[in-house]
Amino acid sequence: MDDILIPGQALSRVMPMHLVLSSDGTILHSGETVSKLFSLAGMSGKSFFDHFKVRRPQGVTTVADIIATKGTKLHLVLRNARQTTLKAVGVQLDGNGGVLLNMSFGISVVDAIRDYDLTISDFAATDLAVEMLYLLEAKSAAMMESRKLNTRLQGAMVAAEEQAFTDTLTGLKNRRAMDHVLARFVEAEEEFGLMQVDLDYFKRVNDTLGHAAGDRVLLEVARILSDETRNDDLVARVGGDEFVLIFHRLTDIDILNEIAARIIQRLEVPIPFNGGQCLISASIGTTVSSQYKALDADKILSDADLALYASKHKGRACYTVFSEDLLPNQKAG
Amino acid sequence: MHGLINRSLECFLSDTYGNDIWRDVAKRAGLGFDRFESMFEYDDALTYAVLEAASKTLSKPRETLLEDLGTYLVSTPKVESLRRLLRFGGETFLEFLHSLDDLQDRAKLAVPDLILPKLTLLGGVETGDFRLLCEGPPKGFGWVMMGLLRAMADDYGALAILENQGDAECCEEISITLVESSFADGRDFDLASPMGAGT
Repeated sequence: MDDILIPGQALSRVMPMHLVLSSDGTILHSGETVSKLFSLAGMSGKSFFDHFKVRRPQGVTTVADIIATKGTKLHLVLRNARQTTLKAVGVQLDGNGGVLLNMSFGISVVDAIRDYDLTISDFAATDLAVEMLYLLEAKSAAMMESRKLNTRLQGAMVAAEEQAFTDTLTGLKNRRAMDHVLARFVEAEEEFGLMQVDLDYFKRVNDTLGHAAGDRVLLEVARILSDETRNDDLVARVGGDEFVLIFHRLTDIDILNEIAARIIQRLEVPIPFNGGQCLISASIGTTVSSQYKALDADKILSDADLALYASKHKGRACYTVFSEDLLPNQKAG
Repeated sequence: MHGLINRSLECFLSDTYGNDIWRDVAKRAGLGFDRFESMFEYDDALTYAVLEAASKTLSKPRETLLEDLGTYLVSTPKVESLRRLLRFGGETFLEFLHSLDDLQDRAKLAVPDLILPKLTLLGGVETGDFRLLCEGPPKGFGWVMMGLLRAMADDYGALAILENQGDAECCEEISITLVESSFADGRDFDLASPMGAGT
């Protein structure tokens, strides 16, 4: 192929990041953008290897070495505080044994534009660097929007979950939440006491004074049950007038009985409503994790239920702790 | 219509006229919510309903609102990112005008499901007179481009006269007369992102 003669200025236009080196490594000509990389105005007359280190391939320390690379990609590092990395390709120029080296920033372009204050016109019109910067910024902006959306969706999810575990009337936990907590305690073999609390005479309040009175009573019950339990305990409304209390790390029967007695006592205090009074009480059945060899959520709940019905049987307004002799097949006549 | 377009419209209305006006508009348009998500896709009818409602609530023609939206997108400090992305189009307003042909593809590159109208720049060979053709939905986008180009000319410090030629058969058309490419100083544009690399 014929040799092509290009005026230096035209070469700069096409390759603003080029260097022409003489055979001893002296810089004969440099593109304008290369000059921007150094605080010195011109690069001419300086030694290439004083300012650049060829990192790959290793062992390239002379112009002859560059020629020997036969145009494979070179990895360069600027010998300055920024240690900017560059990609380059070098080809031999005829006659004097010099080379033409064309460089680009590659991925380091993001830092380079900041470090050297580069503008669009510092890049060749065909260089994709500006497009890459555009894309980087556009994608970051899009990613930011997505991240904001994710944060909002996560907030909404937490709120929805919270709602799904809450009894809307009383603000207590609901059956789902109770099942969840009980399953977790059983799984982790935690120690706990569990109470089934069933309101007595609640239906009468509802029937005679109306649902508004019933709701008022339920709110008061919720307040009392929350009062009589600790923050770590669970209070759930699992049915119309049924509640389950789970006491974390509390298996002392005496203490649980005291709590049960106090709950009944407080629930029996008349609840004022519309000038009248609502009178209720409660029956309670209790069981504790320590009386089981292997924990089983269903069994624990049904045992507490058995104890509860024993209380109802005894004439309501009392509490019973589950024991084996409450089981139907243990009842001997 | 893409959430980004809807959300832009929402931000424009609430930033310019206040949150209460925006909520009135949202209600009047029958949205059933008062916040568009940028990364969701919405029925086109919602966007046109919002425009219609805003036009009635504010007693301003749709075209004026769209043009103001275009100006807002480039000039409000709140969405600096769009101005920056547009400035990547070129070093001068003239280069920027020539980059408009690529706007549709550039938008797609950033957000694959964001469909903008196809823009074609004609003229400008001997004089500074151009015609910008704006093809395809969203309807009225030519007016947004009017406001956007006007603000971008300011941004570059160029002096340009714009006129919306209205709807032709296939597309909307804007005539652009570039009087002076560097009329004023314009705003700075630093290639390096102010937010830091890759954030």
